[in-house]
Amino acid sequence: MLSNFEIFKLLTDLKEQRKDSGKNKHSVGQQNLNTIMYETLKYLSKTPCSRQSPEIVKEFLTTMMPHKLTKAEKLQVLNHRPQTAVEIQLMVEESEERLSEEQIEELIQTIAEILPGDPEQENKTPAEMEEAAENS
Amino acid sequence: MCCLLLVARDCIMFVLVDMVDTVRISPWDFHKRLNDAIAEELNKKLANKVVYNVGLCICLYDITKMDDSFIFPGDGASHTKVNFRYVVFHPFLDEVLVGKIKYCSQEGVHVTMGFFDDILIPPESLQQPAKFDEAEQVWLWEYETDEGAHDLYMDQGEEIRFRVTDEVFVDTSPTGPATATEDTAAQPGQSTGPPPEAAVEKKEAPYTLLGTISEPGLGLLSWWNN
Repeated sequence: MLSNFEIFKLLTDLKEQRKDSGKNKHSVGQQNLNTIMYETLKYLSKTPCSRQSPEIVKEFLTTMMPHKLTKAEKLQVLNHRPQTAVEIQLMVEESEERLSEEQIEELIQTIAEILPGDPEQENKTPAEMEEAAENS
Repeated sequence: MCCLLLVARDCIMFVLVDMVDTVRISPWDFHKRLNDAIAEELNKKLANKVVYNVGLCICLYDITKMDDSFIFPGDGASHTKVNFRYVVFHPFLDEVLVGKIKYCSQEGVHVTMGFFDDILIPPESLQQPAKFDEAEQVWLWEYETDEGAHDLYMDQGEEIRFRVTDEVFVDTSPTGPATATEDTAAQPGQSTGPPPEAAVEKKEAPYTLLGTISEPGLGLLSWWNN
C-alpha cells in the first residue's frame, strides 16, 4: 500500500540525504530530480498526509476495518481527509447503499479525530483550541 | 529506452512500478558506492520524465536485484543489469484529486498540480450550465437558485477538486528524418516546393489527464466549503 504519506516521507528523507551530498546535486543531470522532488513535496505539504505519521496511519486503518471500505477508498480518505458527507460520497462508491446517514456521520467524526487537520483552518476558534490544548 | 516493465502495483495517485534496465556507469564515477552510482543514473534517466503508458516518474523507491557488472571491450564504463522499483505518478480512473486552475480556454479548464501540469476538464464535464466568458477568458457555472442565476467564476489559482475520467499517452519519441515525397522533385526553372510546415511540429504533452467536475462535491473547493 502506498499512500501520499509514504511518498511524502520518502521524498523528505531523500531531500535530507541529498543535502549532505554537497555540490553533486546541482549537476545538470540531477536538475530533473530536483525539480520533481521540489514540486511534489510542495504539493504534498499542503495535503493532510504532511501531518500524518506511521502510527496515525496504522490507527486509522485499524479503526476503519468495521466500515468495510475497499483499499482504494480507505487510501483516498487517508489522502484527502474528507470533512463533509458530500466528500465521503465522492470517495466511497454507492455510499448511499453501503452506509447509513449515522454511519457517514460516524465516519466523519472518526476521520476528524484520528487524522490531524490543517491548523490554519481550525484556528477559527482560537480560544477553544487553547482550552483543548490545556486540558490535554 | 531499454526499460522493461514487469508489474505495476496499483495504489492511489502514486504507483510503484517494477522495472528492469541496464545501467551504464562511467569510469569517473567508479569511486562511488555502486548502489549510489546506480541510483543516481536511474534518477537522471527517469525523474520528471513520462514513460509511455506508465506515467510521470518521480524518484527511485529501491533496488530489488543487481546482477554482476560487465565491462565491454572498447567502452571503459561498466554495465549492470538492475531490477528496481520506481515511484510513478499515475492516478487511477475515477480517482478524486485536488489541483489549481492554471487557466481557461475554449478547450476547457486547465488544471495543474505543480509537479504535473497537463490536466484538462473539457467543457462538457463542467458543472452545467457552463459558459465561457470571452472577455475575461474564464469559464463560469450558471448556478440556478430560487433567487435566480448566480455566476460562479472559475478563476486562475483557485483550488479545484476533480475526478479522473481518462488518460492520454502520446508517444513523443523522435521519429526518423522526414522522407522526401515524390512531388517535391524540383525541376530546373520552377519555384521551390511548398513551405516546410511540417518542420514546425506542435508540441504535444506525452501524458494528459482528462477530468470531470460535474458531480456534487467537485469543482472549486470554495463552492462546497461553508
